[in-house]
Amino acid sequence: MSEYNRPVNEQEFEQNFAQIKPLMNNTEAYYESSRCLFCYNAPCVEACPTHIDIPLFIRQINTNNIKGAARTIYDSNYFGNACGKVCPTEVLCEGACVYNLQDVKPIEIGRLQNYATTSAIRNDIKFYSAGKSNGKKVAIIGSGPAGIACACELRKEGVHVDIYEARSNATGLTVNGIAPYKITNDEVLEELAYLQSQFGFNILYNSKIETADDIEKLEKNYDAIFLGVGNGETSKLNIPGEDKTNVHGAVELIEVLRKEHYNTAFGNKVIVLGGGNTAMDAASESARMGAASVKLIYRRSKEEMGAYHFEYELAKEVGVKGIFNAAPLEIMGNGSANAVKFIKTKTKNGKVVTIPGTEFVEECDMVILATGQKNHDYLFDKISNLEMVKNKVKTNNYQTSNPKYFAGGDCMNGGAEVVNAAYEGKFAGKAILSYLEK
Amino acid sequence: MDLSVNFAGIKSPNPFWLASAPPTNSGYQIMKAFDKGWGGAIWKTLGVPVVNVSSRYGSVNYRDSRMVGFNNIELISDRPLKDNLREIEEVKKYFPDHAVIASLMVESREQWHQIVKDAENAGADGHELNFGCPHGMCERGMGSAVGQDPKILELIVGWVMEVAKKPVIVKLTPNISHIEDPALAAKAGGANAVSLINTIQSIVGLDIDNFTAYPKVDGHSTNGGYCGPAVKPIALNLLKNVAKIPNYGLPISGIGGVENWRDAVEFILLGASTVQVCTAVMHYGFGIIREILAGFEQYMIDKGFNSVDEMVGRALPNINTWENLNLKYKIVADINQDKCIGCQLCYIACDDGAHQAIGLSENPEDRKPHIIEENCVGCNLCSLVCPVENCITMQRRDAGNEHLTWKERTIAGDIPDSFDDERGGGVGHHVPEPREAIAYRLK
Repeated sequence: MSEYNRPVNEQEFEQNFAQIKPLMNNTEAYYESSRCLFCYNAPCVEACPTHIDIPLFIRQINTNNIKGAARTIYDSNYFGNACGKVCPTEVLCEGACVYNLQDVKPIEIGRLQNYATTSAIRNDIKFYSAGKSNGKKVAIIGSGPAGIACACELRKEGVHVDIYEARSNATGLTVNGIAPYKITNDEVLEELAYLQSQFGFNILYNSKIETADDIEKLEKNYDAIFLGVGNGETSKLNIPGEDKTNVHGAVELIEVLRKEHYNTAFGNKVIVLGGGNTAMDAASESARMGAASVKLIYRRSKEEMGAYHFEYELAKEVGVKGIFNAAPLEIMGNGSANAVKFIKTKTKNGKVVTIPGTEFVEECDMVILATGQKNHDYLFDKISNLEMVKNKVKTNNYQTSNPKYFAGGDCMNGGAEVVNAAYEGKFAGKAILSYLEK
Repeated sequence: MDLSVNFAGIKSPNPFWLASAPPTNSGYQIMKAFDKGWGGAIWKTLGVPVVNVSSRYGSVNYRDSRMVGFNNIELISDRPLKDNLREIEEVKKYFPDHAVIASLMVESREQWHQIVKDAENAGADGHELNFGCPHGMCERGMGSAVGQDPKILELIVGWVMEVAKKPVIVKLTPNISHIEDPALAAKAGGANAVSLINTIQSIVGLDIDNFTAYPKVDGHSTNGGYCGPAVKPIALNLLKNVAKIPNYGLPISGIGGVENWRDAVEFILLGASTVQVCTAVMHYGFGIIREILAGFEQYMIDKGFNSVDEMVGRALPNINTWENLNLKYKIVADINQDKCIGCQLCYIACDDGAHQAIGLSENPEDRKPHIIEENCVGCNLCSLVCPVENCITMQRRDAGNEHLTWKERTIAGDIPDSFDDERGGGVGHHVPEPREAIAYRLK
């Protein structure tokens, strides 16, 4: 059973969605940074997708050089603050900490990182500035972490950058798709403003690039184009009843939740379909929104879930119940869903096979589909010679098969973390710079 | 367990005394300390009352540990002598079996005579002559200014001995090249005991934003006296130097960074008969005595000691000059691969800071280093930096049946005596070519 009551105001929402990695105070940061061993060739650095010099920034915190610590972080990762909060550190830097092998709690690297970068952001310590204009222009489609990181890298060298954003806000999933207990909207947008004040890139909001005409204009007006569009809406399951009113895509629902907070409508008996990290988030969020029962139902076994172990633990801690080896057959109900019919499954030679005669029904008043996202075919189809591989934009050192186009982030990698997008965006920026030099 | 001691005639229920310092500034503090279990106290130094500044203390913090080192620029007691004497009397009334010792610092022979008599009339069990204070008072020819001049020290001790009926301890300064000289001067002057060390002249740190040092007095600073856990190794060495003086004979009260029972045991094994504590009390209060007492008693039980006297100086015979160490003794490091967590601190410490005797696996997945035994000189460094208890241990490699010292080799005429002498210890030890340091750049 969920331990949360349905939040009816902002204060209660904030309590239910309290930050799981709250900001450290000075004393906590000092004590925690004191524990770091300063390993040689530290495995945490290797485990970080952006290879931040973690032992260095932790030592800088310990010697009260917080500015220097923030600089070390930002030199490797433009989304240093967001990543400190939303990275799955348990399987990245903190998971690699040698203390784990000694049964000692690993260093809280994410929180230390967040401590340093928050200090730089709040005190408006600027490390970078835009380079002198070199007359080159790049269009970036999508203002997610890949697009922003790419913009920073280009602006540093004096390239004019316009970012075309379909939505009315920037940073993509960072502000729209992360579970609210991992980072607040304010934190995300403060870092965006901080970056924008240093690098000075333009963001054109409500400017979806979708028509052949749009594409033609971009190609005419810019020297290169970066695709940082991420993934699209939640894929259909292709089972009967999916169109019922209380059946939601997880990504779409989380976006509403991040905007509307306690005003978001959630059911009391929620079924979440899926076994990835988005499914875990959706289940946790349902529980924190006061659902009395949250069932996470996955068609494969628990061990086969794509979600990180700690994400499932986090969901279980708030009362989510996992049901495994059950595939949905039909969403039942008259107009709105009131139950889902499942059939039990087993995995045979890596494939899911249903077990005849094992159908069962789970009641619900809300269904959340966390079963993957579509890509942006509507856009990719209109770009000439743009090759795809397994629904992902094919690249070679971030350059697509159409040499004017570059890509990074989810649309290239299929869906990964903010930290991966930030890294790829930055290095795509470097690739664009060398393309522009030719 | 009987912990009582008789230190040069001063009786005390245990060997743990408060050093002359801020914690012994008043009868209130000393009675509180005795009530908690301290055996004795050296009263904050008496003399002509001084005027103090604020602030007075500075600290060296290491990582998350505060006051690893501590320094002060406070002077001797700033309270009228009569108030201190009245309180000495009162303390002795409530605690007749505890040791109350008057620390003294004055200038003229007449003043020394007067203050010694006053302290004894008030009931003090002994005197400690403050010839150690290295800040402020020394500028006026007292404190360490006396301790640094053995002749003057001997003279003043003589003045004191002219009138003293109670035992006299001379407190020595570490701010001197050969502490044996003032130690011997104290004995020559007739003192009954010595205590060491007083604080070490120090600048504890700088305020790098305002270009001054700590502690700050209106934007300026001065050198202070350094104490706390950081000074213990220096204190132990000076204690050893005095305790090793042939036929010295005077009891020694050990001081310098004592915080716990282990520290106290160390001082006693190295020749101290009582141990004085200050900084630890200034940090944690008088209550730390319960940890010292409990640990110390347990150690005595575990080791089968029946009295503190049996422990005094037990380690001294094993502390030698370098030339008497066994050159045939050979140990090498051993890394327990099951315990190793792969931090590679031992690797980099050895490669950058020692003898290139630790290697890494060719397989980057395997982070556990290994010892290159033929290059290991048995220096201990890797075992010291290793964060895992008992992961790196030193294993004996010689048979244990050979003993040869530098002194013996010198007598035998078998020592290197020219610059390229093949008998040098490093001959045959593998040292990488200098260019290997930047091999990655040369590729």
